[in-house]
Amino acid sequence: MPRNGQEQALLSIRHVRKEYRPGEPVLKDITLDIDAHGVTAIIGPSGTGKSTLIRCINRLVNPTAGEIWFGGQDLARLEGHALRMARRRIGMVFQEYNLVERLSVIENVLSGRLGYLPVWRALLRQFSETDIARAFELIEAVGLSADFATRRADQLSGGQRQRIGIARAIMQDPALILADEPTSSLDPKTSVEIMELLTGIAADRGIPVVINIHNVELAKRYAGRIIGMTGGQVVYDGAPDGLTDHHLKTIYGGEMWL
Amino acid sequence: MSRPAPARQWQRLTPVQRIVRSMLAIIGVTALVWSFKTIEIIPEFLYDAPEQAADLFVRMWPFDWAFYPKAVHAALIETFHIATLGTLLALVLAMPLAFLSARNITRSPVLNWLAQVLFVSSRSVNSLIWALLFVAIFGPGALAGVMSIAFRSIGFIGKLFGEALEEAQKGPVDALVATGAPHAVVLAKGIWPQVEPSFWSVALLRWDINIRESAVLGLVGAGGIGVALDNALSNLYWDQVGLIMAVIFVVVIIVEMITTGIRARLI
Repeated sequence: MPRNGQEQALLSIRHVRKEYRPGEPVLKDITLDIDAHGVTAIIGPSGTGKSTLIRCINRLVNPTAGEIWFGGQDLARLEGHALRMARRRIGMVFQEYNLVERLSVIENVLSGRLGYLPVWRALLRQFSETDIARAFELIEAVGLSADFATRRADQLSGGQRQRIGIARAIMQDPALILADEPTSSLDPKTSVEIMELLTGIAADRGIPVVINIHNVELAKRYAGRIIGMTGGQVVYDGAPDGLTDHHLKTIYGGEMWL
Repeated sequence: MSRPAPARQWQRLTPVQRIVRSMLAIIGVTALVWSFKTIEIIPEFLYDAPEQAADLFVRMWPFDWAFYPKAVHAALIETFHIATLGTLLALVLAMPLAFLSARNITRSPVLNWLAQVLFVSSRSVNSLIWALLFVAIFGPGALAGVMSIAFRSIGFIGKLFGEALEEAQKGPVDALVATGAPHAVVLAKGIWPQVEPSFWSVALLRWDINIRESAVLGLVGAGGIGVALDNALSNLYWDQVGLIMAVIFVVVIIVEMITTGIRARLI
């Protein structure tokens, strides 16, 4: 058990360390608890391990050491089938959207169900009526009209693609959403719209979100909790109000930009 | 008082690079001169070459049109069958190997290397040589033709399709892995849509090439229109030779038009 006697967090990261090359840790001993509600923003300069941390959670990257407790299991120890079962409950939204460009919008949304479908059904595109109805609802819920369903993903704008990326994540019926720089490829106005959508849709459905984000203003505006990272370590963990220029100097270094 | 800074200099090549390049140029020219001296062109044959060529064309025309229904048509259809069956067989054999050769899909250097070696051995042998081999094994006829076309094509299709697989973007694959999709589904839904145009384009291009290659396989007895060509050549029936060459020319142009048309619609 990760914690004794306390209320258990949804996600418990314990002493996670990641070295891509031996002796050069990108993450040094990260320990964090994420609650089952609300938005948590991870801020920090480029190359500080934010993305690695978030990818360690669903094991797109394998941590070198440490434990990641989620749903009563240590994700860091899971392999094969058990790992895939765990991944189904963690949605992910990417900076580059990562849609399958040559497939239609609805097929991209439906691919959120691929972890639940038997292989032959997935290959033959035999999605259940419930899934298809839900995919249409989600396309509309993320602010696109149902006409978009049959368009190819490569015909969409960046903002529209990210909306579909969010719909795909929600389609998984996740207990947690990870968002890796979801607004970094978008213009300022679209960035706000996407943050509005992501945090709104997650709040409506009671899904907690962990967001990596460069933009401190957006982080403060949408997150209930801010984690500041620098050099592979957590240097701030608290409410947005508590984040001072002093902290930002520690996180990003220098002060010219403030 | 400061001295004026010396003018900054920039040159594309270092002195060593310049020397190496000049050496390469000299070696190239020497090799060209030397090879001209050693190929022993016989001037007498060269002088009457235009006459000989003109003479050939005169003997070819008019074509022996009656020969077409007698022998050429059936041989032409056989050539089509050899090329198409050979390409299909090569696709079946090359696809698994292409997946083995792609380093982003098969994370075993030994298997990657093994697939590459098979591709190189397939491609380093000309289809005529493969045909000689298979005629010896299966005897003369279309089967030897199909096998030689297939074995020559495995390397071509495998190498090009394997490279397309390696160029597939990792992002969509990550996204599907993150949904908990099983490995086979990630391949089918994340990788396949990305490489599908390359697959069809490589398959069509190879089919196009194979139509041409299977036209000459008959010269070594591996079936098809080449058998008819070989017979006509040995009998010195130049009006039949002319007809067969014209037929091959027309077929190649038609196939080229078909494959270009289909490829344009694929992407």
